[in-house]
Amino acid sequence: MRVVIAEDLFLLRDGLTRMLQAHGLEIAAAVDNGADLLAAVARDQPDVAIVDVRLPPTFTDEGIRAALAARKQTPNLPVLVLSQYVEQLYARELLASGSGGIGYLLKDRVFDSAQFVDAVRRVAAGGTAMDPEVIARLLARNTGNASIGALSPREREVVALMAEGRSNAAIAQRLVITERSVAKHTASIFLKLDLQPSDDDNRRVLAVLAYLEG
Amino acid sequence: MSDQRTREFPWARIGDQARKGLVGTGHGIAFLGLALLGLVVSLLIVAAVALPGPGLVAYGLGGHHNAAGAALVFALPALVVGLFVASRLLLDVRGLARLARRLSGQWCGVPIADPYLPQPAAHGKKASWRRLGWLVTDPATWRDLLWAVVNGCVGGLLAILPAGLLVVGFIGLFAPYAPLPLRVLAVAAAASGLWVAPQLMRGYGIFARSMLGPRGNAELAQRVRHLAETRTEALDTGAAEIRRIERDLHDGAQARLVAMGMTLDAAGQIIDTNPEAARALLWEARDASVKALAELRALVRGIHPPVLADRGVADAIAALALDTPLRIHLASDLYGRPPAWVESAAYFAVSELLANVSKHAEARETWIDIRHTDGMLRIGVTDNGHGGADPARGTGLRGIERRLAAFDGILAISSPPGGPTAVTMEIPCELSLPKTSSS
Repeated sequence: MRVVIAEDLFLLRDGLTRMLQAHGLEIAAAVDNGADLLAAVARDQPDVAIVDVRLPPTFTDEGIRAALAARKQTPNLPVLVLSQYVEQLYARELLASGSGGIGYLLKDRVFDSAQFVDAVRRVAAGGTAMDPEVIARLLARNTGNASIGALSPREREVVALMAEGRSNAAIAQRLVITERSVAKHTASIFLKLDLQPSDDDNRRVLAVLAYLEG
Repeated sequence: MSDQRTREFPWARIGDQARKGLVGTGHGIAFLGLALLGLVVSLLIVAAVALPGPGLVAYGLGGHHNAAGAALVFALPALVVGLFVASRLLLDVRGLARLARRLSGQWCGVPIADPYLPQPAAHGKKASWRRLGWLVTDPATWRDLLWAVVNGCVGGLLAILPAGLLVVGFIGLFAPYAPLPLRVLAVAAAASGLWVAPQLMRGYGIFARSMLGPRGNAELAQRVRHLAETRTEALDTGAAEIRRIERDLHDGAQARLVAMGMTLDAAGQIIDTNPEAARALLWEARDASVKALAELRALVRGIHPPVLADRGVADAIAALALDTPLRIHLASDLYGRPPAWVESAAYFAVSELLANVSKHAEARETWIDIRHTDGMLRIGVTDNGHGGADPARGTGLRGIERRLAAFDGILAISSPPGGPTAVTMEIPCELSLPKTSSS
């Protein structure tokens, strides 16, 4: 799997490169600004781009804009955006830029390299990786929602993990339950939220996210 | 729609006009009462100072006769007492003038600022003398007195005109044996009284402002006082904020980093003898770093939220809206970005208002409106909750008001019991055009 990295801080760029290489991913290019990212994506045709939100020259939301531009240039290019902060506003804009192949994670998540690489692979495969903090805040915002209130505590855990973009198998492993009971929970969740059930993992995630964003 | 409205007889408009006229007439009567009261008080002042006069004059004329000396013995104490009575009454005139200023703002739509010099902090033996000096040397005192006299004669007439026209109208209409033209004239008089009342009230307000408003030096002195006050408050707030940040860093991230260093050291000590325990310590250190980062993030959010830095106040408020459980309708119309300090003040004010709404108002929906007109950034926050927000009771609204005041910004609140609550803030500022980015 070939990866392009855009991160302006040398230490982090180097660290990411090594960590991904250690997990057997190939780094096609590691750049330090948005313009170079677009060039590298066009040239190297990577399977996934990992982009820091703050990049030169303005050090504001350059990375978000570069990610959106890259997805316009190469439709549905899988992009994983990393940031010191997660903002729902940006999560929204990223999710709106196409169906699937989007990740938005706190930089801290690289501390757990196995989980992080798992997220990279998921995004590269067209899936979703939303940071647990984004999901927690989305759920907190929906506390007044009667349908969300009708979910059992276990179902709420499942909904949170599902919204992060995890598959049934991953959810089962995480909650230490069988895949079949996860499937039962998800069916109940879709019924309670009045959502169209879907076998496609990613479409399911997007439906839940759209519901939470209301 | 509009066709229909023009064809129909405009009863609603006439009714509205009549209601306004009646309200204006009522206000006029109240102003007349105020004017008469002012006149009485100013006459009393003149009397208090003038009564000992004849005694003094007698002393001056009589030279060193005994009778003249006796006159002086009575006249001097009388003068002293008179002066104190007069100064007490001058304060009453001031009270009346203050009332007139407030009513002018409420009833005439012509707000008038207080023109007085600041009162000296006086206590002790000479306090009453110093207060007298402060009162007598303030030109505004004498302008108040002049107003009391002029208003008693002229302004009162102006204020009572609509009521007079109405009375004339009623008398003409209901007087027995009046010829028809006279009755028609009477009705016309009453109608014109009603029609002219609101305009007259506004004119009265402008008249009052010309006499009661601050002038030249007083205005400057007031401005200086306001600036000094708000600057001190702004600096105090800033210093307190920096202390809070220092304390948060000290107790939070710094402490965690120290603990992390110790954990890592412990892991290093035992890594050969007990690799399993060392691994556990390393994971512990990693978790501590995650917590430290989370704390730093929360801290930075409180200082300067990332979206505010990235995109400016409108998007930052949009991001804020996404994070609250309220249903928020946001309309923003900014063609550029206000200065950073205005953005920050406006953002935190809205953040606090939204926190208030979700805590107290039980609102189903909230509307936020952001625009820049007439050199002012205007942000309106309206909710359909149960109202009753009172800046005098909660410290939150007061705090926002104070912080905005540092930038000459103001906060207006309308929150009748039962709702809705509408809060509007205005901060004077210019917008800078958005930076053109390279991408």
